[in-house]
Amino acid sequence: MARRRTALALALVLVATATACGSDDPLTHPWRPGGAGTPVPATRTAPPGDATGALAGAGASSQESAMQAWIAGFQAANPGATVSYDPIGSGGGRTQFLEGAVDLAGTDTPLDADELAAARARCAPGEVVELPLYASPIAVVLRLEGIERLALSPATLAGVFAGTVTRWDAPEIAADNPGVALPDLPITPVHRSDESGTTETFTAYLAGAAPAAWPFAPSGTWPLAGGQSAQGTSGVVQTVADGEGTIGYADASKAGGLGTVALRMGDAAVPASPEAAAALVAASPVVPDRGPTSLVLELDRAAADGYPLVLVSYVLACTAYDDAATTDLVAAFLAYVASEAGQEAAAQAAGVAPLAPGLRARVLDAVARVGERT
Amino acid sequence: MSAVAGRGAAQGVAGGATTTLRRTRRADLGGRAFRGLAVGSGALILAMLAAVAGFLLLEAAPALTASPAELAALSWMPDDGSLWRYVGPLAFGTVLAAVLALGLAVPVSVGIALFISHYAPRRLADVLGSLVDLLAAIPSVVYGLWGALWLAPRLQGPWAWLADHLGFVPLFAGPASTPPRVMATVGVVLAVMVLPIVTAVSREVFLATPRLHEEAALALGATRWEMVRMAVLPFGRSGVVSAAMLGLGRALGETMAVLMILGPGLTYSLALLQVGRHQTIAANVALQFPEANALGVSALIATGLVLFVITLAVNSAARWVVARRAVGGAR
Repeated sequence: MARRRTALALALVLVATATACGSDDPLTHPWRPGGAGTPVPATRTAPPGDATGALAGAGASSQESAMQAWIAGFQAANPGATVSYDPIGSGGGRTQFLEGAVDLAGTDTPLDADELAAARARCAPGEVVELPLYASPIAVVLRLEGIERLALSPATLAGVFAGTVTRWDAPEIAADNPGVALPDLPITPVHRSDESGTTETFTAYLAGAAPAAWPFAPSGTWPLAGGQSAQGTSGVVQTVADGEGTIGYADASKAGGLGTVALRMGDAAVPASPEAAAALVAASPVVPDRGPTSLVLELDRAAADGYPLVLVSYVLACTAYDDAATTDLVAAFLAYVASEAGQEAAAQAAGVAPLAPGLRARVLDAVARVGERT
Repeated sequence: MSAVAGRGAAQGVAGGATTTLRRTRRADLGGRAFRGLAVGSGALILAMLAAVAGFLLLEAAPALTASPAELAALSWMPDDGSLWRYVGPLAFGTVLAAVLALGLAVPVSVGIALFISHYAPRRLADVLGSLVDLLAAIPSVVYGLWGALWLAPRLQGPWAWLADHLGFVPLFAGPASTPPRVMATVGVVLAVMVLPIVTAVSREVFLATPRLHEEAALALGATRWEMVRMAVLPFGRSGVVSAAMLGLGRALGETMAVLMILGPGLTYSLALLQVGRHQTIAANVALQFPEANALGVSALIATGLVLFVITLAVNSAARWVVARRAVGGAR
């Protein structure tokens, strides 16, 4: 009897172990973007619309929380419409868009020449739409006892992350922060362990602003081996918070209670904020010769009053689809996203920088061309 | 069954033979159905294994046949685009994590199992046994959260002490990283995760020690510890080995806890207390999958194929060891 009971217990253990293993599946895991529903904050509703049908989108995970806010707001205003967004990553989003598998895509990097040609073929007879609808500041966060705000020049910041500046009381840091009592502690830089647009933006900034101290090409994967790292924005924030003398980079809206670094631009030090990010986007010119509906920004990270560390992510669409209902739905959705209500929803949900007035006019102009018969 | 028998009896002696025949035929039908089900289930296991192996080979093929230049375009590949140079440190990290977890878990598990089977009062043993079983039911995500948010900050002190005082041992080479998202922390969490299965199997084996052996040892004047050493442990050795192999299987494939705790890096370092030195295959696949393009996914699946081979090799080796020990034990 006792044997049978213990055998039963053993069987239970095995079953339980098997179930526990089931939760390892990274594809359906709730921490994976899109794995489980993210709560979407209430949004201001636009006047009720009559758009109906279903739209499929896929792409950059950076846009996910903003996209969810847009989808919630749009569907609340248009109860007959369904929009989905699968955060499979920028590369996957571009591929699926070019193959025609999705109607919309989100991407952290604009289409390159080959992809643009393929996109023109996919959208024919319409035009390719590329809109910089998502711009979010990336904050450099740190945890240092008693220090909430530090200013760092690009060269010093690059030195810190490249491992050439190793202590908090180093002369380079002291020179950037006159009058601040810096602790005698080693610096622990923390980077993203997964491939991400945040890392690409950060390394692009360092490579552009401090090429001498940062001799690496911009890349979505951290170019240096070793060092502290963590998965995802929340992982980096957690790791920085757990340590002492740690410094990392993360989406500004997720920085929590950590200290932040103001980036020194000449004499001024600019802290991360949606407004400062918007100023950079506003000061950046649009790349010419890509067509009237393709608004790709040439980010001018040295702009005088802007915050240089901004992740700009694009929404890809066509001005015409095979089926007129889809075209109308895309036009309605993009119009909502570019509207004030849409921008405010994204600002609340994801700390997205609002579209500058000049750029907004061009975005609205491009959106108006969706559905125009050519 | 009794209903059928009752009906048979009611039909009288004359009908008895036919009833028995019909019953046999009916029973045989059931038997054949059951046999078919059992064979089908057995075949299903083989088919599933073959399907998984086939899937891995098929999906990994683009990466296995791609030129180094194509592979080098993946941002996380080594510059020379060699898949082997990419998989090598991952396989090393996977095995290191599993061995570390087992090294920590097996002695503790054997201790717990012996306590439950031979030392604890019966009531306490029952409670303790079910508590250990309960540990196995906790999802690995919870272990990952616990390890990353609660345990890791608290291990900073012990790891720093180890690096300061035992730093001359390659395993404990300093400086200990802060926060300690290191292999040593992963090893501790994995050890807790494999503990229940190893304990449960070992306990069963120890409980199965023949009563006569134990009583004979005690009758010869052995203390309880001597009895355990002379009768229980030799009898249970092969069982403990197979328990350890079950635990090893779990530790090799563990994804979520490693992903959430470890700060990864691709080296062959033994320094357990330094961050950015190790990574396991399973955690790496989960980490890089979301942003990977088609070739990247294929390359990740190729690393999964390596994990599959490692697991198969470990299990086969374990079976061989257990079979050999079992023969030795019977002698």
